[in-house]
Amino acid sequence: MESAQKKDVPVVTVLDPKFKYEVAREPGGENIKYCFQCGTCTSGCKVAEFDSKYNPRKIIRMVILGMRERVLSGDFIWLCATCYTCHERCPQDVRIPEVMNALKNIAVREGYIHPAFRAQAELIAGYGRLYEVDELANEKRTDWGLTEIPQGCPEVAEIYGITGLADLLSGGAGGKL
Amino acid sequence: MKMAVFLGCTVPVRNLSYELSAKRVAGELGLELVDIPEFGCCGYPVKSVHHETAYLLAARNLALAEERGLDICTLCSACTSVLTEVSRELTANEALLDATCKSLGMLGRRYSGKVKVKHFVRVLYEDIGLEAVEKAVKRPLDMFSIASHYGCHYLKPSEIYDRFDHPEVPQSLDRLVAATGARAVDYRTKKDCCGGAILGVDEETALSMARAKLDDISNAGADAINLICPFCSVMYGANQRKIGAGRDVKYDLPILYYPQILGLAMGISHEELGLMQNPIRPRALLAKIS
Repeated sequence: MESAQKKDVPVVTVLDPKFKYEVAREPGGENIKYCFQCGTCTSGCKVAEFDSKYNPRKIIRMVILGMRERVLSGDFIWLCATCYTCHERCPQDVRIPEVMNALKNIAVREGYIHPAFRAQAELIAGYGRLYEVDELANEKRTDWGLTEIPQGCPEVAEIYGITGLADLLSGGAGGKL
Repeated sequence: MKMAVFLGCTVPVRNLSYELSAKRVAGELGLELVDIPEFGCCGYPVKSVHHETAYLLAARNLALAEERGLDICTLCSACTSVLTEVSRELTANEALLDATCKSLGMLGRRYSGKVKVKHFVRVLYEDIGLEAVEKAVKRPLDMFSIASHYGCHYLKPSEIYDRFDHPEVPQSLDRLVAATGARAVDYRTKKDCCGGAILGVDEETALSMARAKLDDISNAGADAINLICPFCSVMYGANQRKIGAGRDVKYDLPILYYPQILGLAMGISHEELGLMQNPIRPRALLAKIS
C-alpha cells in the first residue's frame, strides 16, 4: 500500500457495484451490461482522436467496475459529440451515445452539470429556444420576406416546471463541476 | 405536398439564407412549407441534461404540427434526430404516449402520435425524387466541384431513419449534387463529424475536428462545401477564419446550403437565394457562373 502511494498510483477506494444497474435503469443506459470491451467505439471516435481524455470504452469499463463518483464528476462524459459513429458499429448494441446521455442525466441530478450545458438549458428556459429572437432579428427577417417569430415561448419554461428540471437548475444542481 | 417547416433555433437567427433558399426551392418543386410560429426548442440540447424534458419539448412541437394536420420538415439535422426519435417512440410505446399526453394536457395540448418527421433534403431525395430534381435544373452547374458534408444526425442513428441512406457509405447528398450537374467530390473524411456538439465543452478539440475536414476538402480541390445543418455551418463557415488563423492558413472555402446549390441550377438568382449573406462570401464561385 505504501509503495503504491509513493509511486503515485491512483488507488480506487470507493466502488459502487450497483452503479451499472443504476445506469441500466436510466433511459438510454439499458444495454450497458452487453459491453465486452472490444474498443470499436474508441477506435473510430473522432473526439478521442484529438482528445485522449475522451475514451468511451474506458468510461463504460469504469461504470461496470462501479467507479460512480469518478465517472459522474468527470468532465470527460460531456465530451461525446453524439455523432453516433460508435453506435452504428458497436457489435453489442450498447448504444454508447445514449449511455453517455444516461450518465450525464445522473450527473446532473448529483450536482455535476457542465457549465456549458447549464447555460444552454437556461437560455432555452428563458427564450424558448437557444437564441433570442429580438426585434432586430425580426426586422431582418421581415426585410428578407420571412415571417416574424414570436419573442419568448412561455410553455417551454412550463415544461421545465412539470418535469422538475426548473427545480434541479435552481436548486443544488451544478456548481460542483 | 404540404408540410410544417421546423426551423429550430439556429436557422432563423444565424442561417437566414438557408431558410430563404429552402423555402424558395420548395415552392418551385410543389412542396408547400407552412410556418408554425409557436414552435420552440426541439429538445436536442437538453437531452443530455434531462431526458424527460427533452422528450416533452419534442412532443410539444409534434402536437403543434398535429393540430394543423401536418407532418414536419426540418432544416437542422439535430432537430431532425430528436423529433424523429420522439415521434417514433411515442407511436411505438403506448405507456410513454399516455404519460406524455398527461404532461401535454397541463399545457392544454394533446398528441395522438400521428406526426412524421423528415429532413428537408430527405424529402427532396425520397418524396420529390431525384428525377423531379433533375428535371427542374435549367442551368447545369458543370463548372462546380462540390464536397458534401453529411454530418451526423441526418443519417444516424440509422434505425430511426429506416436506413434510407447507408450510414457508412452515404450517397444521397452526392446524388443530389450530381443531379444539379456539379461534380460530387469524394474525399477521405466525408463521414466525419464537424465537432459542433462539443464546441462549448472543449473548443480546441471541436475546432481541430472541423479543421481536419477543411484541410481534406481543400486538398480534394472542391469549390465549395455542401451543408444541410446550421450547426455544421457554424463550424465550417462562421469559424473558418478562426481555424485558419490559428495555423496561419487562409482557407477560402465557401459553404453552400443544398437548396442554394439546387436553386442556382434551377436558374434562380443568387440574390434570391441569399448567397452573399453566407458566412463565407462565394465571390469566385459566382464569377464562374456569370
